[in-house]
Order: sequence, then C-alpha cells, then structure tokens
Amino acid sequence: MAETKLVGQNYTPLDLVAKVTGKARYAEDFRADGMLFCKLLTSPMPHARVRSVDTSAALAMPGVKAILTADELPDFGPGEKALTNEPFYAGEPILAVAAVDEVTAAEAVEAIVVDFEPLPFVVDPLESLRPDGPNARTDANAWGAPMPGGQGPGAASPPKTVKWTSEQFADEAEGRLPMGEPTEQWTYGDLDAGFTNAALVLDETFVVQSTGHHPMETRTAMAYWQNGKLYLHGSTQSVSQTVAGIARWVGIEPTDVVLISEYTGGGFGSKGGGTVTMCIPALLSKKANAPVMMRISRDDESYIGRARTNMSGRVKAGFAKDGRITALDLYIVQDSGAYGPMGDHRSAGLAASIIYQPQAMRWRAVSILTNTPPRSQQRSPGPMQANGLIEPVITKAAKQLGVDQVEIRKINSPVGRAMFGPPAGPSGQRARLTSAFVVEALERGKATFKWDEKKAYSGQRRGAKVRGVGVAVGPHGAGSIGWDSLMTIRPDGKLYVQSGVGNLGTHSCTDLARVAADVLAMPWEKVEVIWGDTGKGVPWSCLSVGSQTTHGMTRANFAGANDAKRKLQEIAARDHGGSPDDYELGNERVYRRGSPATGMSYAQAAKRAIELGGKYDGHEVADDLNAMTKRAAAMHAGVGLMGVAKDNYPRNGTTYSFVIGFAEVEVDVETGKVTLVDYLGVGDVGTVVNPRSLLAQIKGGSCLGIAHALQQKWVFDQKYGLMVSRRFHYTKPLTILDIPASMQADAVNLPDPETPVGARGVGEPPVGAGYGAVLNAIADAVGVDVFRRAPVTADLVLMSLENGRRMHEPLQAHL
Amino acid sequence: MDQPPPDSRSGVSRRAFIKGVIASGAVASSAAYLFRGNGAPIFGQTSAPGSVERLVTLSVNGQMRRVDVMKQETLAMTLRYKLGLTGTKIGCDRAECGACTVLIDEVPHYSCSVLTHTVRGRQVQTIEGLATGSQLHPVQQAVVDEQGFQCAFCLSGFVMAAVGYFKVNPNPTRQELAHGISGNLCRCQDYDKILTSLMRGGEYLRRA
Repeated sequence: MAETKLVGQNYTPLDLVAKVTGKARYAEDFRADGMLFCKLLTSPMPHARVRSVDTSAALAMPGVKAILTADELPDFGPGEKALTNEPFYAGEPILAVAAVDEVTAAEAVEAIVVDFEPLPFVVDPLESLRPDGPNARTDANAWGAPMPGGQGPGAASPPKTVKWTSEQFADEAEGRLPMGEPTEQWTYGDLDAGFTNAALVLDETFVVQSTGHHPMETRTAMAYWQNGKLYLHGSTQSVSQTVAGIARWVGIEPTDVVLISEYTGGGFGSKGGGTVTMCIPALLSKKANAPVMMRISRDDESYIGRARTNMSGRVKAGFAKDGRITALDLYIVQDSGAYGPMGDHRSAGLAASIIYQPQAMRWRAVSILTNTPPRSQQRSPGPMQANGLIEPVITKAAKQLGVDQVEIRKINSPVGRAMFGPPAGPSGQRARLTSAFVVEALERGKATFKWDEKKAYSGQRRGAKVRGVGVAVGPHGAGSIGWDSLMTIRPDGKLYVQSGVGNLGTHSCTDLARVAADVLAMPWEKVEVIWGDTGKGVPWSCLSVGSQTTHGMTRANFAGANDAKRKLQEIAARDHGGSPDDYELGNERVYRRGSPATGMSYAQAAKRAIELGGKYDGHEVADDLNAMTKRAAAMHAGVGLMGVAKDNYPRNGTTYSFVIGFAEVEVDVETGKVTLVDYLGVGDVGTVVNPRSLLAQIKGGSCLGIAHALQQKWVFDQKYGLMVSRRFHYTKPLTILDIPASMQADAVNLPDPETPVGARGVGEPPVGAGYGAVLNAIADAVGVDVFRRAPVTADLVLMSLENGRRMHEPLQAHL
Repeated sequence: MDQPPPDSRSGVSRRAFIKGVIASGAVASSAAYLFRGNGAPIFGQTSAPGSVERLVTLSVNGQMRRVDVMKQETLAMTLRYKLGLTGTKIGCDRAECGACTVLIDEVPHYSCSVLTHTVRGRQVQTIEGLATGSQLHPVQQAVVDEQGFQCAFCLSGFVMAAVGYFKVNPNPTRQELAHGISGNLCRCQDYDKILTSLMRGGEYLRRA
C-alpha cells in the first residue's frame, strides 16, 4: 500500500459506545411478539438408544405449544444433528419443547418419559484402542485417513474400527504411550540418520488436556418466520458463512435465511460457522407458528458448547550438540469426542515441522471417537497441543546440552520462506511459508523481558519459593485468500463498507474498513460499516476462525476499494477529459493530477455513477464473485458508486503467524502452588493494523494458554462416563487475580511480502505461546522431569516433589 | 473433584441414579435427573404449585417501575424480560461469572442470585442507568478511551462492579481494584487492559 493513514493507528471501534451503554444487542437481547421459550431434554447416559418416547403428558400441559424430536429434523446425511435418537455423549439433546415460558417448558420436559437402552461407552481413547476395548459407536471407534483427494486439517475421513494388540500396549507399563498402527502418517528426510548422528536422543510422553470453549455468551438463539423466510438471531463467529449451515440444518434454501448476529459474546472456535442447535428454535417456531427463544444454560453449554481435542503424544527427538533438532518422531493419539472428524492432530504435526524445523521428521496419528462431548477447533487447534507435547522435550534437551532456552528455539526457528510438512502434490515439493520473522521476535522479546537477568535467578530456592523462566513459539495458520468485498460511495459523500464477518470484539470487523478508507483517502468519520445482518446485504467473507480475518479480508477490501478507486477515476476522466490514470484521490475528491480544481467530489461522483449505471453503481458485477456477494450487490445497486471485487491477488506460500511467549513463574515448593509473575508475548504477525486490538489479542490469547498450563481441564467420571468439570465453577478460567502484575505484549511489525497490506492474523498463535512458556517456566523452576501432563496443578507439583519422582497418572485422559 | 456432587434436592446422587438406570435398563424419565437436579433451570426456578405473579414496585435507575413478578423470579430475569433492560447479561445464572452484576443500594450484586421481591424499596442501578443523557459515566468513558473489552458480554458486569467498588475505595491501587472486581470472569481475557481501563475510570471519577 502506498500510503496508510489509518492502518497501524489506534482508534475507537464504532461499536464501543453501544457496548458500554448496554445498547449492543446479543442474540438473547431480542424479543418478538408472542415469543415462546424452549428447553432441551438431554441424554443422561454417555451412549444409549432411544427405544420410545411418551410426550402425551407433556403435550396435555397448559402452555405447552410444540415438541420437536430427532425424527423431524431434515436428513442431510451423516454427521452431527441438533437432536438424536442415539446419543453419543451424556448431555446430548434428544428433543426440545416450546412453551409459553421456560418454567412450563422445563416442567413439560420433566413430564416426558424416554425409554433409553444403555449401550457400551468409552471416555478414554486408549481404552477404546485395547484389543477388547469398547467402541464409542456400535460400528466404529476411529476416524480414518482423509478421503482420496482430501487435503488439509479439515479433510473428511471415513469412520473405522482400530484396535491394537496387547504387545503393542507393552510400553504402557513404563508409562510411555503405546504406538500401534497409525491411521495417518507422513515423513520427510532421513529419520534414522537423524537419530544416529544426534548427540542426544530423548523419548518422552505427554498428555494435553481437553477444555470447554465456554464463551461468556452461550449458544442462545431466537427464531421466527415471516413471508416464508426464517429470521434467526444467533451467536456466530461468521455472518455470511453461517447462512448455508442454517439452511442445511433447517432444510431450506440459503436465500430464505435472514441471519442477525451483530454482537457475539465470544466463540473461540466453538461458533465458527454457527451452531448446529440453531435449527431447534427455527423448526420449533415453524411447528408452533410463533417466535421461539432458546436460551442455553451454562450447564447445557458445558455439554453442547464444544471443546478442544485432548491428545496424548510421544515425542522422540534427536539433537545436535548446539541444540539443532536432527530428527523428530511424533506420535499422537487424539480424542475427537463424539463427533468429528477433527483435524487438530494434522495441524499439530504441521505446526511441529514449522516451529522446530527438524531436519527429518515423521508424524503418525490416530484420531479416536469417545463418548465425550463434541470437539471443535478451539483457539489454536492443534498447534497449541503441539506446543504442549513437544516443549517439555526441547526444554529438557537444552538443559542437558547446556544451551540457553531462547537460543535452542532460535537455532530451530523457521526463517523467511521456510519449508514445512511432508513433500506433497504432483511436484513432490515441501510447502513453504510466505514469511517468518521468528528470530527477530525472539531477540526482541529476549531483550524486553530481560531474559538473561531473570535467568540468573531461576532454579535458586529462596525460602519456600523457587523461580523459573520459560519461552515458547506459538504458531498458527494466519490467513486465507479469495474472498469478496462490497462497498459503496453514496451521494452523501460517505463510504459504506459491508462486512460479512463475525463481530466478536476483535474489531477486525471494522479494522478492515480502514484498509478501504486508506485506499480511497477517505476520512474515518465519513466511513460507515454495515455488519451483522444478512438482510442488509453482506459479501462472501471468510470464517472468523483460524486467525483468517485480518489477512483474508484486508486483501478483499483492498481489492474492493481499488475497484471503487478505478471507477472514480474513470468517471472523472469521462467528464473532465484525459485518461483515468491522470486522476488521483484526495480531500474526498477525484481530481486531475497537478490541477486539483479539475475533478469532482465523491458525492458528485456517486451521483454520476448512479446516472451512468452499469458497473458504476453495481448493476453489473464481475462473474467471479460469490453468489452471496452478487445478491448483496443487487441489493445495493443504484445507491451510489460501488466497489465490489474478489481478492485475486497472488500468494506464493502458506501464511503463518507466530507469537513468542516469555514467562517467569514462582513455585512454592511447600504448597505446590505456581504463580505467574511476569509474562511477555511478542508477535510476528505482519503489518499491525490496529495496535491496541492486536496487543489485546496477544495478551488474551496467551491467558487462554496460561490457563491450560495452570488450571483448566476436563474431568470425567471414568466409570459412568459423566462430565464432572461442568460450568465455570468446576473448571475455572483465569480470573483477574491470576494474571501477573506485569503482562506485556509487543510485535515486530514486519510486513508479510505475499499480501498487499502486509497483515497476517493473530488470534491463535498466542495460545500455544502462553501454554508452552508457562509449562517451560515451571520445568525450569522445579525440574524437567516433575510433570508430563497439563495442567500442572499444585497437588501434582507437590506430590512429585515430595516423592522425588513423577506421581501422576501417565496416560489416562480426563483425569 | 473426581465425583459429581450429590443431587441434594432429590436425595439421590447422580451416580446412584445412573447406576440404577444402567443396572436395570429401566425406563428413565428425563425428569428428576435433569432438571430438578444439577442441570437445573431456567426461568428462575421451577414454579411451586400455586405460584402466582404479584405486582411489586421497584426503583430501577431512578425510576419507579411497577412489575408483576413470581416469588421465585430473579432480578436478572425481571430486568431483562420484564423491564427491557437487556444490558445486564446472564452468563451462568449460578453466581459463577458476574456478568449480571448490578448495584443494589450502591453495592454490587449478582442479579442472577437475587430474588426480585427482595429488592422492593431498594435502589437498583444497571448499566443503562449510568450515563446521563448522551454523557457517559466516567467509567464508561474510560472503557471507551482505553478500548477496555473485546466481545464485551462481561462488560456491564465488570463496569457495575467497578462503579460499586469505587464508592467504597475511590483511589485504589491496581491490586486493590483487581480484588474488588475479581468476582467477574472474562473469556477474551485481556484482564490487563480491563484493569487499565477501569483504573482510568477511577481517575476520571476523582476528577469529575
């Protein structure tokens, strides 16, 4: 970009006043005349079959308007549905009741008699892999390799049955992860040579826990029908990309869906393209012929609200004397929960090959179904788990080799257009990054954090306290391409930017409009952003997941704004002579270079665009646009000069962002309590678009990872398959008292060369950075062999220290 | 924490109940297990037989509001569903997250855990009652200036907790204020910036 006035500057996001005054409306804040309330009947068992349902008593109750069962849902093939007759986890919705109020709906649910046939179940993936282990489903316990042609972490896989022999379980006796046949694997380089030539070889097992997403706003939704169209007020991370899902779940055409989601109270990957339960109020509303509000309780959210995949991993790594990784052999047993398939294990393998750049690597994995609630991508899905599985090994190696913890990460860092993953595709080439400035970020952080000073104190006991420092590189894919943009300059002289992304408070929703404003030299006060309502016409935008938005949509808006710019130049040239290239933009005018008086104001140009019609006011648009963008353009055609375009900019490589976490902890060896005393996150995330928001993403994301290191986990009653860690109380997130007195963030602010604005995404990378850095700091303080699972709770530290050996269960999941 | 808590109301533990169901293959009424027990409701609590609404007068944001409430109805539900004050959010409905915090006689309370009929004759203040016309309350202005929150579902609870805390400690240290608002959870979790913005709110209040 030639000149940026707005990109890179702090500003007050447009929706903040609505938020502080309580006027911002989330899904549960909408009302409709005659609105009914809905309650769910959920499965009390981890796996069962509904033999019969008797709803007669419930239907006879005054105020009960409709009951929706699984049989009434549209059949869109295999996969999770909102209601089921064969629950795969305790807490899975069976049916839903709509009544005049929630009390009545709840009482009706109680009056329904369901005859459940209990079925075998399993909550620990390793148990399911045993020769005689139970299957989560009657016919399968695992997800296979991707279907032919399938690529990437999200590739579909067929369900299958995988069992290992007792001999393959032999390693279990030593507390090491058994490694039977994997369902998926890849390799590059000469692994054997890497181990043979290594100065040090380590072989360690680590268990990464699962945690619920638990956004502050549960997946509440309200629906009604008008003129054959469904109006749905929901909580989603993406507006344009949720429409197709709703249509599929409800069984209608996407053009018959109007989705309103102006404010979303957090998602973290659990509301990516909406939520499958959104169809419940929609279908109940149709049946009862009245609006239906479905408030999801925190308890229900614990079950249906999604969670991170837990992983048990085995890491064999070879190191040269200077710490360079000569070989990495990674085996992952992933728990994909009741549905899926999940791709975290694949992302974890790729992430490992990126941030540790092993000279040779093998990745093997199985993805196992269990009768635990469904997983979805949770902020840094896969890469965070990779940090958890591998960081303890790097830290231990650095200690044994006498290499500084920052240096060992630096020597293994990706540089520039580094290669990663296995050879793939027809060319057999390994993939490359678009750019990486990890070394720069490590050096910058090392200085800011005063690493060397802090390191001098680490490991020394003072009274009952001992300090430790840790560092970790959190990676994540950070941007997709090929999305659409739509904007108009209207006769009032203002720029109206339509946005189809979700509004989760990352401010990317409005940040992206600043890219357009910069291209058009438009003052920010003259920019309106329209978001959160498909009825207002939104372009085809990326999912606001996977750190995509900043990258994907800055590109799209750059394209759309340049389309508008060209049209301004053409109109000016048409009216004032010369060629379009003779005209430039400034002071809300398009004018002839060197002759500012020759030209017209944006307001005048907008009027001329409407007079000219055709492409100028959006009556004609490019063929390569998505159908949703074309519909939105048709909605706005004739209101002004339209900028509408698809991002067709080239990109050479795969876009990744990185955040480096630096942590200092203090461990009380008499109580086992770990206190985080200092934290710094440094981003390598391309050009900084909105500094204050970016730093908030780094700090907030790091806190999610820190909570994984210190306190949060899923716990299941192993015998009965029931969740213990429900709500907030039994799996407490960090509170404001848990953050360190010094919590800082920073970024190197170096542009990515493969995208016009230079910006990459930031949402996910800090999570693995926080997780890994804190785990490493604890190991630095108390010893590298004290724990091999997370979270590292006080009892785990204390018991192991007192007994002089690891005292925790080495392999069991959800403990 | 390796066992689910017993269901105190039915006198039957979850475990015993499930065990019975699995052992006998008996007909499982969804009833007691799900809603009278841990999974509890909903629009306040389940209504007792003969429960009726009753007209009460509440003082909310300086206005006298007459409203029909059930005796088991929580203040959060009354504010949101009967008085149209949806700025107060319900995050957990079980006094775990603080999203529903309002001031009652200037003291922060979780409105999900206060019965509406108990606040008759007391002053209730919600996020909607902070600003004077278009003039934001100093704490609101500070949140805008510092861009204190992200998704902001927890915002009104935090702001009300802070406004209440400043009434007893107008000039707190960062640590003191953190303690004062530690009953509120945020999941976007840049608590550092939340604290910075609310500290600035205290500064604006002292200047006002």
